[in-house]
Amino acid sequence: MSRFLTRDGKRLYGLMAEFDSPEKLVHACEAASEAGYTRLGAYTPYPIEAVWEAIGHHRSKLPLIVLAGGLAGAAGGFLLQYWASVHAYPLNIGGRPLDSWIAFLVPAFETTILFASFAAVLGMFFLNGLPQPYHPAFNVPRFAEASRDRYFLMITTKDRNFEPAAVRELLAGLGPVEVNEVED
Amino acid sequence: MTDGIFPSTATAPGARKDLSLGAVRERLAGAPGRAYWRSLEEAAATPEFEAMVHREFPQLAGEWQGDGVSRRNFLRLMSASVAFGGLTACTRQPLERIVPYVAQPEEIVPGRPLYFATGMERDGYAVGLLAESHMGRPTKIEGNPEHPASGGATDLFAQASVLDLYDPDRNQTVTQLGRIRTWRAFEEAIAGRLAAAPAGLRLRILTPPVTSPTLAGLIATVLAEQPLASWHQYAPVAADHGIEAARRAFGRAVAVRHDFSRADVVVSLDADFLTQGPGAVPYAGQFMSRRRARRGATDLNRFYAVETTPTATGSVADHRVAATTGELGAFAAALAAAVDGGTPGGGRLAELAAVVARDLERHRGRGLVVAGPHAPVAVQVIAHGLNEALGNVGATVSYHEPVEAEPQDGLASLARLAADMSAGQVDVLLVLGGNPAYDAPADLDFAAAMQKVETCIHLSLHADETSEYCHWNLPAAHYLEAWEDHRAFDGTVTLTQPLIEPLYGGRSAAEVLTLFTAAGPRSGAELLQATWRRRLGDGFDAEWRRCLHDGFVPDTASPALAAPLDAGALAAARADLAKLPAAGLELCFRPDPTVYDGRFANNGWLQECPKPLSKLTWDNPVLVSPALAEERGLVNEQKVRLTVDGRSLEAAVWIHPGQPDGALSLSLGYGRRRSGRVGTGAGFDANRLRTTANPWAAPVDLEPLAGRYPLASTQLHSNIAADRFQGTNLEGREAASRHLIRQATVEEFERQPDFPHHVGHGLDESLSLMPGWDYSEGHAWGLSVDLNTCMSCNACVVACQAENNIPVVGKDEVAKGREMHWIRIDRYYEGALDDPAMHHQPVMCMHCEQAPCEVVCPVAATVHGDEGLNDMVYNRCVGTRYCANNCPYKVRRFNFFKYTDTETPSLEMMRNPDVTVRGRGVMEKCSYCVQRISQARIAARKEDRRVRDGEIRTACQQVCPTGAIVFGDLNDETSRVARLKAEPHDYGLLTELGTRPRTTYLAKVGNPNPEWPARASGAGESPHHG
Amino acid sequence: MAELTPDARMGKPPVVAPGYTPGSVTDKISAIVLTRTPRWWWVAFGLSFLLMQALLVGVAYLFFEGVGIWGVNNPVGWGFAIINFVWWIGIGHAGTLISAILLLLRQEWRTSINRFAEAMTLFAVACAGVFPLVHLGRPWLAYWLLPYPNTMGLWPNFRSPLIWDVFAVSTYATVSALFWYVGLIPDMATLRDRSRRRWKKIVYGFAAMGWRGHAAHWHNYEVAYLLLAGLATPLVVSVHTVVSFDFAVGQIPGWHATIFPPYFVAGAVFAGFAMVLTLAVPLRQAFALQDFITMRHIQNMAKVMLTTGLIVAYGYLIEIFMAFYSGNQYEEFMLLNRIQGPYKLHWWALLLCNVLAPQAIWLRKVRSSPWLVFLVAMFVNVGMWLERFVIVVTSLSREFLPSSWGTYSGTRWDWAIFVGTIGLFLSLLFLFVRFLPMISIFEMRTILPEAKSVHQRPEEADA
Repeated sequence: MSRFLTRDGKRLYGLMAEFDSPEKLVHACEAASEAGYTRLGAYTPYPIEAVWEAIGHHRSKLPLIVLAGGLAGAAGGFLLQYWASVHAYPLNIGGRPLDSWIAFLVPAFETTILFASFAAVLGMFFLNGLPQPYHPAFNVPRFAEASRDRYFLMITTKDRNFEPAAVRELLAGLGPVEVNEVED
Repeated sequence: MTDGIFPSTATAPGARKDLSLGAVRERLAGAPGRAYWRSLEEAAATPEFEAMVHREFPQLAGEWQGDGVSRRNFLRLMSASVAFGGLTACTRQPLERIVPYVAQPEEIVPGRPLYFATGMERDGYAVGLLAESHMGRPTKIEGNPEHPASGGATDLFAQASVLDLYDPDRNQTVTQLGRIRTWRAFEEAIAGRLAAAPAGLRLRILTPPVTSPTLAGLIATVLAEQPLASWHQYAPVAADHGIEAARRAFGRAVAVRHDFSRADVVVSLDADFLTQGPGAVPYAGQFMSRRRARRGATDLNRFYAVETTPTATGSVADHRVAATTGELGAFAAALAAAVDGGTPGGGRLAELAAVVARDLERHRGRGLVVAGPHAPVAVQVIAHGLNEALGNVGATVSYHEPVEAEPQDGLASLARLAADMSAGQVDVLLVLGGNPAYDAPADLDFAAAMQKVETCIHLSLHADETSEYCHWNLPAAHYLEAWEDHRAFDGTVTLTQPLIEPLYGGRSAAEVLTLFTAAGPRSGAELLQATWRRRLGDGFDAEWRRCLHDGFVPDTASPALAAPLDAGALAAARADLAKLPAAGLELCFRPDPTVYDGRFANNGWLQECPKPLSKLTWDNPVLVSPALAEERGLVNEQKVRLTVDGRSLEAAVWIHPGQPDGALSLSLGYGRRRSGRVGTGAGFDANRLRTTANPWAAPVDLEPLAGRYPLASTQLHSNIAADRFQGTNLEGREAASRHLIRQATVEEFERQPDFPHHVGHGLDESLSLMPGWDYSEGHAWGLSVDLNTCMSCNACVVACQAENNIPVVGKDEVAKGREMHWIRIDRYYEGALDDPAMHHQPVMCMHCEQAPCEVVCPVAATVHGDEGLNDMVYNRCVGTRYCANNCPYKVRRFNFFKYTDTETPSLEMMRNPDVTVRGRGVMEKCSYCVQRISQARIAARKEDRRVRDGEIRTACQQVCPTGAIVFGDLNDETSRVARLKAEPHDYGLLTELGTRPRTTYLAKVGNPNPEWPARASGAGESPHHG
Repeated sequence: MAELTPDARMGKPPVVAPGYTPGSVTDKISAIVLTRTPRWWWVAFGLSFLLMQALLVGVAYLFFEGVGIWGVNNPVGWGFAIINFVWWIGIGHAGTLISAILLLLRQEWRTSINRFAEAMTLFAVACAGVFPLVHLGRPWLAYWLLPYPNTMGLWPNFRSPLIWDVFAVSTYATVSALFWYVGLIPDMATLRDRSRRRWKKIVYGFAAMGWRGHAAHWHNYEVAYLLLAGLATPLVVSVHTVVSFDFAVGQIPGWHATIFPPYFVAGAVFAGFAMVLTLAVPLRQAFALQDFITMRHIQNMAKVMLTTGLIVAYGYLIEIFMAFYSGNQYEEFMLLNRIQGPYKLHWWALLLCNVLAPQAIWLRKVRSSPWLVFLVAMFVNVGMWLERFVIVVTSLSREFLPSSWGTYSGTRWDWAIFVGTIGLFLSLLFLFVRFLPMISIFEMRTILPEAKSVHQRPEEADA
């Protein structure tokens, strides 16, 4: 619940500056975090590591999730086959042993990949909070350019020391194309 | 009066030993067919039946639970859908006929088959059979073990006869000039006709050769009552020449019988004695009893065959000589000369004859010379002379009173008839069986002659070419529907008792004939009993019951007689031999190995049964030798025009290894114009070239034509010329180098009994990383096939088809390679194609312990049973065909379409209820007759014992005339199969693949004559090649 | 941006023509999707759709009559169905390879072709998937191949390569789809933001799932994408290995060979790149994308095709060698039969297409002419189909027992269904190029000099 209002009286979500080059954005991010702002949102049309580093990055948890998925797939796949062939319905097939584990390795491998892949995709969605149909950022008309060739930095009102005037001054000082209010 | 029918306890599992008179009386109440109706109704009240209902008709079972009304409906549905108890036209059942039983007959237990002794007649001669009956429906034929002409085995014709019974194309009603009439109308017409001619009717009775005492008696009566009447016998494949030869040699009709079991040296002069003729089944058994090579028992006979057409018989010879009729005569003459100590003359044939003669001399009294019934009369006379001279008479050959009631030279007889007819001397022509309008020699122009006859009457199973020319057509009773008595090849009177009421109200020849007697119509049962009441005298009832039960009248074999040979005839014969055509192309006519003389043309099983050597189905092409084909530039399936004195015929060519270069062969029985939905139009009509002068071989002109005519062979040989490889054919060469057929001579076998294991690639079982399965507990089923005693008579193929409800797929599908037979007999040519050795190898599912098919099935539709059976689970099969691909033996068969005819009701009645009928998209294959195994297992469990050896016989084993196939329990080392597999020369097919087949083979052991002039001969070659 | 890249110094054509900015790249590619449909597209799609009807009619009749309408028989139980299945699956492989393996190998030239290569993968797998289903004798029971609990308590036979197929192919299809979709998300966002029509905004917006290009998103996104690539790489190798097991596990001479897995995988890549080229050359022409799909791409792909082609040729060589070296007479006969048997024409034609034709790539002249490369690719497409025909048919038609040798030829229904799947493939492809960006827009942005500048000189950001 934001304490601030926009000019035309709507609730304010944050202030957003638009830049026309990645370098400016990177610089802006660093400046903003030096100024002690933590609730930063940097938006780019393509991945830029520098930006992520600039706004205080941390390692992604995704690899662990994928590992878990893979292990689950491997175990599940193999155990299913073992159980079905040895316990559920044992059959003498071509005189082969009930536990033809060598043959079972193949499907088990495939299930490993399958589960791991789902873990990777769903995990990514989860960590990114996707799908997210609505986000205040979309209220800024210019933000459409974020998926083309413009770079945006947003400081949200959630930030402890958010002060509209100060923030606007800071952002304006970073050579943006323009600074917009983002209504909630 | 007693006309009950009696279950045979001869071998029938499930039939009861003692028959209470009470049960019998129950049956006396009326004609048998109706009895089955009642049995249904009665059985309906029993729990077994209800159980069966749930099994067989789950969708109707619901209807079954409920009040009496819905029960009625159920029965109505049942009778409509299954046409139980086969009455007139399968599905059109008058429900009023459902009359409740007083008491259920003891024998009938729903789901359990009964076996009845009966007999099947062909050209007058009978073979004793046991017919398997399920709830009153005959479904399968077995041989009658106690019958001299069967010994428990049968030929393929008997096997296929069930299909004839249920053939939807059968004559279904009496017709007059195409209009449907009743039997009564016919009876009245005949009565009127007889009354109108007090002086006697110019009646002509045409029958096949007759051995039946009853029928012969009736004919005698008719002839006595009708002074102007006369009787003619004709059958296209009858042994007319044999009869004539006997007349010349002995001055009288004589029945010649052979004993192959005592012959050390057998010489065939164009005789196909193993598969043709009324004694073929027992002869094959005797002959092969002398071809079984076992450890320490190598007393094999030696067999020379001189043939104008390669036959199954010739294919098992130690030395086979392809010869034209002329060369055959020359050989016979040379042989006779050599035996007489004279000079056989020059040339290869004479050289060979000399060798054979020496061999025969060495085995005086233990040799046997057999001349084919179709060989020139002179050759047959010579054969008689040779047996006489070699002292074989009384040892391996015996002479007997003729079996036929009145032996006739059929051709002459038919010629006389035709003459009378064309001269307008015939009022009524009564054709009892047979199809003269189709199979009479062309020069008689019988059909035209028939049109000069006032009234033609034809009694036949099918509406055929002859029917077209007849005023009255009468539906004949199938032998499974009639009361008859016929003699077997040895004279033993064989009783035919009906298992089912005539499906279409057909009548037997005797029954029809009674209409022409003063005594008037009588039933077959009455007639038969009248005949035998006289002969058996007092104590008839009990005696008669025993005869019916056994299937034949004991001690009725025709007595032996002394037949002094007429020396003059011998000299005359030699002179005749010289007259035989020496040069020029000839055309040989032979009975077809599967459709015989055409009577089986509408039988799908026989049409699709591959011919023993060419493996062709559905056709009878002209067989030409490879050399002749090359000389005339002929290729397979090419059309040619054959011209025999003026008459010509267009036919397709098949290049046939082993065919003499100077002779073409064309089999009878094809080119039927009017046969039914199956037989019409298949093949080429040889009868159009056949004349009374040259019924078996005629000089011919061969003219290649442009067109092609597709032929369907089950073994890839459409381009034998293209497949030629290093002077031999690729197929044969590969078969040899892969050691599929392993063979040795007697000497080699004695020297090295385990010779098959010194060729080919063995496999070190210890190579497997995985532990094998343990089958030492319980039963371990296995099968052994003796390659030495298989002559590819095809009886097993048809038996399997009948037992396992195997569908017929038709020529086009066969041509695509989609035939469905569960057992096939592979044929390999060895050596030069012009004169190859021939090998037969029956191949069915090997039931591999490490089955390649099972591993690759994604849905586990084919898995292993704990008795070692490779089970096929039809319900689970989704049809990937992976199993068939991975089967190295290629024994799996796939239902590419819905092959099984489930629309024709009469065929539904024929099916074996113990075997699933397969639908579209499902794989199937040999199951070792698992239904028989289960039956025996159940029986054994009930008696709390192990299944006995020999208690289970697979269909192929049971029918095999030579006992080449033996099935049994490998865990019981005393079982026959276990002992056979212990033989040193037992080997498995493609064992190097690690499949561990349960079916194995006994290698071939030949007995060639070392003196035989060098020429690649199958059995002669050493197995140690490759 | 003017200074020469190392590639340029080496005289290689650039990965993307000079003078493009993220904006212009975005506009050019998204325009293809967002502007009016060109008339030729209707024609092309219409024809493809028509072709697809052959498949529908063929399958309808097949289900009605049974597999008997095909040429399959005893002993040749598998025919066109399996040949086409393997052919299509093989084609699919290039997509995953380009997008996954080349990503791991940091081959940035992949960027402009991976999107439609992946699409091609999906469509090829879709076509391949048709055959294992319809070739069953009782296709309505196809689900019995899946391990699911049922009242009969029955399970599939996990020892059967066909079951392995089920797992491998379905996994492959799923993972490819995921990979493809994940790659699409940022571009969906772009289209959402570019499109003017409301319904388009909604549709693309729905697919974009609210993607905003937040730095954190990009971070997880790249990790996920990299992991997926890491997973897809062994997967793609396993899939064609498993397909090769269908044959290698069988014991038919000509099937039962240890060489199969590697040489099937190589063959798959070979066929795949041929198909990518077959599509890329006309498409870049049609949509004037020569600036993005440059000669550099054509040449690289041609080189990969040549390399894998050589591996395949080596496979053939080894087959021949082993046939004699093994001393196994069945193998020996199988080979002689290929060379001089009833199907020798197929075998020699296969050598011409797969071994001889690709050698033309050695010539710079050929390499640098898109349409010549296209021609070679066409040869390879045909050749790879022939290879599968030779493997399936010649082996089955003449195996262990000479008595059971047979012959095989496809019927008109075999052809109808095969041609029909080509129609299906093209239809899907045309729908794709019309409604989705056929080149990954955001990845194109990353390889532009502007983007490079940040990556290369992060320290300057402090200034």
